[in-house]
Amino acid sequence: MLNKGRLMGGVAVATALLFGSISSAAAFTACQVTDTGGIDDAGFNQTAWKGVQDAMEAKGIEGRFLESQAETDYEANLNSLLGGACDVIITVGFLMGDATKAAAEANPDQKFSIVDFAYDPTIPNVVGQVFATEQAAFLAGYLAAGMSETGVIGTFGGINIPPVTVFMDGFVHGAEYYNEKKGTDVTVLGWDPEDKDGLFTNNFESLDDGRTFAQNLYDEGADIVMPVAGPVGLGSAALADELGTDKLKIVGVDADQYMTDTEKQNVYLTSVLKRMDATVQAVIDSVMDDTFEGGVTVGTLENDGVGLAPFHDFEDAVPAELKSEIEEIKAGIIDGSISIGG
Amino acid sequence: MTDTSNRDTLTAKLLQRAAPGRAEFEDLVIVPIFAVIVALIVGALVMLATAVDIQTIGRSYLALLQGSVGSINSLSETLTSAIPLVLAGLGLALGFRAGLFNIGAEGQIIVGGIAAVIVGFSFPGMPWIIHLPLALLAGAVAGGLYASIAGWLRAATGAHEVISTIMLNLISYRLLDYMLGLTWMQREGRSDPVSKSVVPSAELPRLLTDIDPNLRLHAGIFVMIGAVILVYWLLFKTKTGFEFRASGENPDAARYAGMRASLIIVLAMATAGALAGLAGANQVLGVLERATPGFSAGIGFDAISVALLGRSHPIGVLFAGLLFGALEAGGRQMQVDAGVSIDLIGIIQALIIVFIAAPLLVRAIFPWGFRKPAERKE
Repeated sequence: MLNKGRLMGGVAVATALLFGSISSAAAFTACQVTDTGGIDDAGFNQTAWKGVQDAMEAKGIEGRFLESQAETDYEANLNSLLGGACDVIITVGFLMGDATKAAAEANPDQKFSIVDFAYDPTIPNVVGQVFATEQAAFLAGYLAAGMSETGVIGTFGGINIPPVTVFMDGFVHGAEYYNEKKGTDVTVLGWDPEDKDGLFTNNFESLDDGRTFAQNLYDEGADIVMPVAGPVGLGSAALADELGTDKLKIVGVDADQYMTDTEKQNVYLTSVLKRMDATVQAVIDSVMDDTFEGGVTVGTLENDGVGLAPFHDFEDAVPAELKSEIEEIKAGIIDGSISIGG
Repeated sequence: MTDTSNRDTLTAKLLQRAAPGRAEFEDLVIVPIFAVIVALIVGALVMLATAVDIQTIGRSYLALLQGSVGSINSLSETLTSAIPLVLAGLGLALGFRAGLFNIGAEGQIIVGGIAAVIVGFSFPGMPWIIHLPLALLAGAVAGGLYASIAGWLRAATGAHEVISTIMLNLISYRLLDYMLGLTWMQREGRSDPVSKSVVPSAELPRLLTDIDPNLRLHAGIFVMIGAVILVYWLLFKTKTGFEFRASGENPDAARYAGMRASLIIVLAMATAGALAGLAGANQVLGVLERATPGFSAGIGFDAISVALLGRSHPIGVLFAGLLFGALEAGGRQMQVDAGVSIDLIGIIQALIIVFIAAPLLVRAIFPWGFRKPAERKE
């Protein structure tokens, strides 16, 4: 081992000598720990990282990220970002709640922000970024119910955690609202908002699962499916692409997946946007101009923290009447006249 | 006792490489060192091929070194990552010695971890001096029992342990998913699959929090050192160990010598599983303090590499595990400092294994590093 260490040391020293001085000290560094699924998942992690990228472009800051490959990585990843190199550490994902809390309490001088987790009571050096995703998903549910030809739509999630299931809640309630309004009987498969139980892949990685789950829903008659499972949904999109969009359409989540999953963009009816990029950038801004304060930010339809993406290829396919109804409902949710509780 | 000769010829070569009869200094020390160097060089070429510039490559290797041994925190992370790899690797090494190619460490880690976490949260108020050893023991016993299923299948029916352990891995994943959804197991107030937290009396205490609260190194390191000594003693100083090795080297001769092959197979698998189960217990009691889906995180598969790299010798496994722990901890730093993908570390690890598995290739690349073949005969 001694030998090995010396040799490795030698190699590294030689490399250092060869390539001259190493790190360039930027004035401000924002660091991000992604959840499992990877930073290029065309959705959740990618959207959050886009917030840092936007700040890099706008403010010339330095951005660093660490991908979590398993839940066991959270703490280790946080650990390697501690030690003063980062002005703010942004953790992405509800499942990182415990690890972020522990790190924040052990390092009170380090500023943190976490996507999808709100601490109660709040921690002075952590900003929790949460989203009223059910508002946007409600619109998507209404739209899907209106667009479905089979009268069956479906959804499934990654893991049964609140930031995932709020999508599914909103989707189901939106479809129910459509039934109420139109006297139709559109069924939503995959989630029961009362029992809080439904279809889950239990991971945020397997594209195969995304394909299988969408196939199962399709076999049960669903012609529009909303996968809420990060990159897993890309597998569902691949299936929809093969079957053809007249048979199966996909509702994207987190990012406008028409833009992020460019190879299969034709299958996305719309996407339920969760603008983590905007909130992440806002947190970075607040650290930079010293207005950072621990607490919670909530993204809503009203402040554009959540929303419905454009229909893109389906722009002509969605009836004008349905479009205007969705606009009305959006206004109704914002002014409180429409309750999205079901 | 079934006819195992056909099967044995299939895996004999692989096992021979995994568990060499006579330890040769060059094979044990020089080849791994050169393999690491070649892997780093080829890794650099891979980075170049993916349009990473030379400065970044230099910076990333410096980060690799810094992140693995460059500070107390790095050393603590390296050791923390190494502990489960060494424990599971010891189990696999023991299996290799006994002629068993056990792919099931992953499943044994999961089952061991489940048992340890259940004991860990079930007895609040128990003094730690009883609770902690009990939780560790539960992990070892559960892992051992789980692995001995494969051993029993092999001994009783001749089902090859490679197949049965892989299948047992798959079963363990689903078992974990299922158990994490049970109400008595699931954490209160959560609907997602996560177990209750281990109570402090069953936690492997962190050792260095007085220096810096972020240091994660925990008492599992003593378990690891103890296991290395125990396996060394078991393999080389006891009758059972001799029987393991004899069955691995030549099952027929062992049988003619009156050794009970079936018993040895089951016993070796159980011991291997117990060590893997201990690795799982170590993760839930020392690192995570709860069980989550996929807490095994591929350790069981990395441990195969560790056992092969360590040439199935307890001391070799210890160093191989430390190297892999260092690569893991350093890999994170590489990603942070140089923005190089963590996948590259996986590539470098794989390259190391490739080059170690091909000693002739390494000898050909570095002819000056080895004695001439003629000299080696002496």
